[in-house]
Amino acid sequence: MLDTYLPILVLISIAVAFAIGSVVFSRLIGQKKPSAVKLAPYECGMPLIGSARERVSVKFYLVAVTFIVFDIEVAFLYPWAVVFKQLGWYGAGAMGFFIFVLVIGLIYEWKKGALEWE
Amino acid sequence: MENLAQIAMQDVNFGAIMPSLVLVCFGMALLLVTVFSPRGKTTHVAYLSILALVVTGIVSLATWTPAGSLVGNWQEGFGGSVRLDNFATFFNIVFLIAAGLTILMSDDYLKREEYPIGEYYPLILFTTAGAMWMASGTDLMTIFLGLEVLSISLYVLAGFFRRQERSNEAGLKYFLLGAFSTGFLLYGIALIYGVTGTTKVALIGEILANNPSLLTNTMTLAGMGLMSIGFLFKIAAAPFHMWTPDVYQGAPTPITAFMSAGPKAAAFAAFLRVFVIGLAGLQDQWTSLLWILAVLTMIVGNVVAIYQTNLKRMLAYSSIAHAGYALVGMVAANAIGLSGILFYMLAYTFMNLGAFAILVLAGKKGEDNLTLDGFAGFGFKRPFLGVAMSIFLLSLMGIPPTAGFTAKFYIFAGAVEAGYIWLAIIGVLNSAVSLYYYLRVMVYMYFRDPAEDYGWVKMHAGAVLSIVVAIIGVFYLGIIPGAVMEFAKLAIF
Amino acid sequence: MYSYDYLWLIPFFPLLGAIINGFLGKKIKSEKVIGGLGTLAIAGSFAVSCFYFFQLLNDPQKVHQQVIGSWMSVGRLQVDWGFLLDPLSALMILIVSGVGSLIHLYSIGYMHGEEGFYRFFSYLNLFCFSMLMLVLGNNALVMFIGWEGVGLCSYLLIGYYFHKKSAGDAAKKAFVVNRVGDFGFLLGLFLLFWTLGSDHGVWTLNFVEIAANAHLLGAGSAVVTIVTLCFFIGATGKSAQIPLYTWLPDAMEGPTPVSALIHAATMVTAGVYMIGRMNVLFFMAPSTMMVVAIVGAATALFAATIGLAQNDIKRVLAYSTVSQLGYMFLAMGVGAFTAGIFHLMTHAFFKACLFLGSGSVIHAMHHGLHHAHSHDDPQDMRNMGGLRKKMPITYITFLVSAIAIAGIPGFSAFFSKDEILWFAFASPQGSPWLWAVGACAAGLTAFYMFRLVHMTFHGAQRTAAKARDHIHESPLVITIPLMVLGLLAVVGGYVGIPHVIGNALGHIPNYLDNFLHPVFGATQAQAHGAASTEVSLMVVSVALAVIGILLASWMYLWQPELPGKFVANFKGAYRTIHNKWYVDEIYDAMFINPTKRLGTFLWKGFDVQVIDGIVNGTGKVINAFSKGLRFTQSGFVHNYAMTMVVGMVVIVAFFLFR
Repeated sequence: MLDTYLPILVLISIAVAFAIGSVVFSRLIGQKKPSAVKLAPYECGMPLIGSARERVSVKFYLVAVTFIVFDIEVAFLYPWAVVFKQLGWYGAGAMGFFIFVLVIGLIYEWKKGALEWE
Repeated sequence: MENLAQIAMQDVNFGAIMPSLVLVCFGMALLLVTVFSPRGKTTHVAYLSILALVVTGIVSLATWTPAGSLVGNWQEGFGGSVRLDNFATFFNIVFLIAAGLTILMSDDYLKREEYPIGEYYPLILFTTAGAMWMASGTDLMTIFLGLEVLSISLYVLAGFFRRQERSNEAGLKYFLLGAFSTGFLLYGIALIYGVTGTTKVALIGEILANNPSLLTNTMTLAGMGLMSIGFLFKIAAAPFHMWTPDVYQGAPTPITAFMSAGPKAAAFAAFLRVFVIGLAGLQDQWTSLLWILAVLTMIVGNVVAIYQTNLKRMLAYSSIAHAGYALVGMVAANAIGLSGILFYMLAYTFMNLGAFAILVLAGKKGEDNLTLDGFAGFGFKRPFLGVAMSIFLLSLMGIPPTAGFTAKFYIFAGAVEAGYIWLAIIGVLNSAVSLYYYLRVMVYMYFRDPAEDYGWVKMHAGAVLSIVVAIIGVFYLGIIPGAVMEFAKLAIF
Repeated sequence: MYSYDYLWLIPFFPLLGAIINGFLGKKIKSEKVIGGLGTLAIAGSFAVSCFYFFQLLNDPQKVHQQVIGSWMSVGRLQVDWGFLLDPLSALMILIVSGVGSLIHLYSIGYMHGEEGFYRFFSYLNLFCFSMLMLVLGNNALVMFIGWEGVGLCSYLLIGYYFHKKSAGDAAKKAFVVNRVGDFGFLLGLFLLFWTLGSDHGVWTLNFVEIAANAHLLGAGSAVVTIVTLCFFIGATGKSAQIPLYTWLPDAMEGPTPVSALIHAATMVTAGVYMIGRMNVLFFMAPSTMMVVAIVGAATALFAATIGLAQNDIKRVLAYSTVSQLGYMFLAMGVGAFTAGIFHLMTHAFFKACLFLGSGSVIHAMHHGLHHAHSHDDPQDMRNMGGLRKKMPITYITFLVSAIAIAGIPGFSAFFSKDEILWFAFASPQGSPWLWAVGACAAGLTAFYMFRLVHMTFHGAQRTAAKARDHIHESPLVITIPLMVLGLLAVVGGYVGIPHVIGNALGHIPNYLDNFLHPVFGATQAQAHGAASTEVSLMVVSVALAVIGILLASWMYLWQPELPGKFVANFKGAYRTIHNKWYVDEIYDAMFINPTKRLGTFLWKGFDVQVIDGIVNGTGKVINAFSKGLRFTQSGFVHNYAMTMVVGMVVIVAFFLFR
């Protein structure tokens, strides 16, 4: 049974070998002449200010969570829309309830001020 | 495709999730109530959530029928992934009582600790709903879903005091380790699904019974082991108990009380259903494991509790020990033992929540006063609370005529009947060890000179009510356990 | 169809009273409220008892059970919280709650101003609750709860004046002696339960079922004899029979209402009731019956002799109680169950009246002596005398009860005592010897009771002169119960007029006999003898009583110097009787001191060296273990997770490789 997976194993080995190989080979073969400009994250454009490893404001996470909620809503809405006719009023009611629950979340979020940046 | 709607409608039976549905709707409504209420006003939310629990209780009891046991008739819904049988109803009532007592003792506590935040109550309701799904889930996925709903709400509740380091630590530790254990559970579910091709508990049992070769399959055994870890973590059995003391100590006291009763009972409910029904064919295997773990859990809980000077932490270890006693009933796996677990959960809910309610009242702001020394002379300065605490401690010890005695009696009677005499003896010896640390609290309360006048202890109506209810429960189950035990038996057989 | 759904109210009221007074009494403070509440609680159960009693009278079906809930059901052991109402228990609840109500009322006056007034009423209510549970329980375990409950309350109430060492000692003595009896009771219960269950498949503790299945054990079999003997040992403890009677006279350290209620009217009769309840079993064990009869007769005579020479008013009454209880056991032993219960009832009336009367006297004496700053003993009869004029109501009720107990025709105890004596003579298990002992005891009873009456109420006043003027009649709350009980002591006997007299007067039936027939009908012994024999025996015993009374009057009223001469001439005999035949000293030498020595040896030799070593050693090991385990709780999440992983590996490996 397992031999049907053999091609996948081969593919994985090739991919891994390629990834590791290219990095190792470029290390081995390539020339290294580092300078301050070269080591900067961006070689062109804006000069660097401060470290990149800064704490991100928690507000971003709030937005991210809100996004996930609506993301899931959409993920459910698409397949529902496909069989919308067959499911009929029952399906519409069920989806309505689902959206209603999300709306309650939205109202809560809104009232709590999660949608305001400051 | 045309019949999709019909099929969907036939399989969906909202009656099967009615109690949790009512609870969740109340929870959502209360979220809105909270958010439209002025800041710092939470008392009405507490009242409304009590109302929610009462309504849910009525709905739950309405579904009780003598024939609706674990192996009898039932209300089924969602294509057989939820089932409202007496087993689920009994546990639902336990959860509701736990949640109710918790909410009763919470309101003034939250004000004292300066966290008058209304979301607290809906979160408890959601936790309870999750617990209900765990108890009534007959599909591993439903059980998992219930577990997650329960856990996520609990993570938030454990870390509810967000400006307090201890509480934060509790929430985070619980989350990390909880997620870790959930991983094991999911892995186990996946393996079992791989073997049997289904996640329906009853079907798993059937398939295993029809294919004896599967019983020795590596994947089945590994799946069972991994699944058991998920549940053992939730019931805080050794060696998956390490989170308990830290989380119990750090979480707000009412939440600690709730965690020790409600979610633990929920985990037992799911554990019982999956193992007794789904993995019945492997009973020899899991009883021999649980035999060892029950002994280990009792010993670890009781022995380490001896060294604790913080009462909250001591009760955390004691709760580990009590999980061990309940596991004894599962090892016995007969009528008395299994219904004994149901009885034990109810009894434990009353006695432990009662004891925690007293800690809630006795603590200063910031829970400053929960050491043994802080209870010196408490019994004389606060006679009612002293007597109540003594009653709960006696019940936790298992002294008649309290609930703790009858509960332990049923469990150990089950073990003896099933032939696990040594297990029962070890259990009784452990109870003897537990006398030491429970009695010590009483010694401090009554035989030490009071160091304080306990002027800050305010007798709030809610907390007092929860204490009184718990006392009534402890004595009712201790003196007239027959009726409830009958219910518990009807839930199993 | 009659309904008996509210039987539970009967024990419930006193329980409620006990809880309210016990927990809130300190806050209530007002004696009127506390006392009123306590009295109302028991009066409530009296009202309910009356209702059910009269309902039962009219009800053709005489045995009713009410099950409130299952108590425990483990395997074959099924025990309910259940009540049993049949004529026997109906009569008992009537006596307990009725006499109890009067004594509660009396206590309001008697305990006035005592420290811990609420505590007293709470205990008293709790006692009534336990006693009602004892008589109402439909199975032996509920009865046992009541049995232990009354023992506990008795202990608490004897030691009510706990600052007095003698009270504390008496309480302990009562408790320990009762434990000996309880042990017998429990042993009998286990044996009965086990034998009926394992040999005959009837696992039950229910009285009705026991009675229905008792025949399985076989009449006269060894098992039945041993079981009933064990029960009888229990009864001797609770009902103060030889050899376990010594606690009762000491129990007089408690307040007088307690002596009246617990140590005369109700609790001490529990043993008699228990034998009545188990009459089917006892009926099947003739050897036990013989033991019961002999012990009863011996106790009746023995205690009466001690009563002759006591000077403490309450002690005389205490020995009288022991002696009268002996009569009841004599009746049970010869199979005259109805007569025994009949005497239990009349005894409750006249002895409660006597005790309450003595309480009234002590109350007055205490008051008087207190005013006179005298340290004389208010309970010593040698300090009394001539109180008749001072306390007329107390005197009359006391005199009436004394006449009743002496067995003068027309008064209650005449009927009950003569029925007992007749059965002792004429029942198949009886014998002329038993009758003779009983009749002698009756004569002695008449003597010491009238000695008591004369020394207390008649003759010269011996009270210190200053105190005399302050002695006066007690208030109404005290005298009303006295009057009611005095009346009952007179008329209480008319419910059970012996057939021979009833026939002579024109077919007056023996109401009590008929009423109790459903319970005792099958087991009650039949007396065989001519009516003329019965009448002549009656005349003899009445004559003995009259002689006793005349002798007492002669010695203590008309020739007061006689007792002194008598004592001087018979020093040895007097001292022996006065010192209660030295039984306490003998027990001390035989049981108590050896036990103490053994205890000391076990403590110093065995306990300190061996047990403590083991216990402390175990403690140390557990402590060390606990310390070690505690350090695994590091507080680091990664350590916890690591433990979980290790646990997972072990568990999975356990499943895979076992």
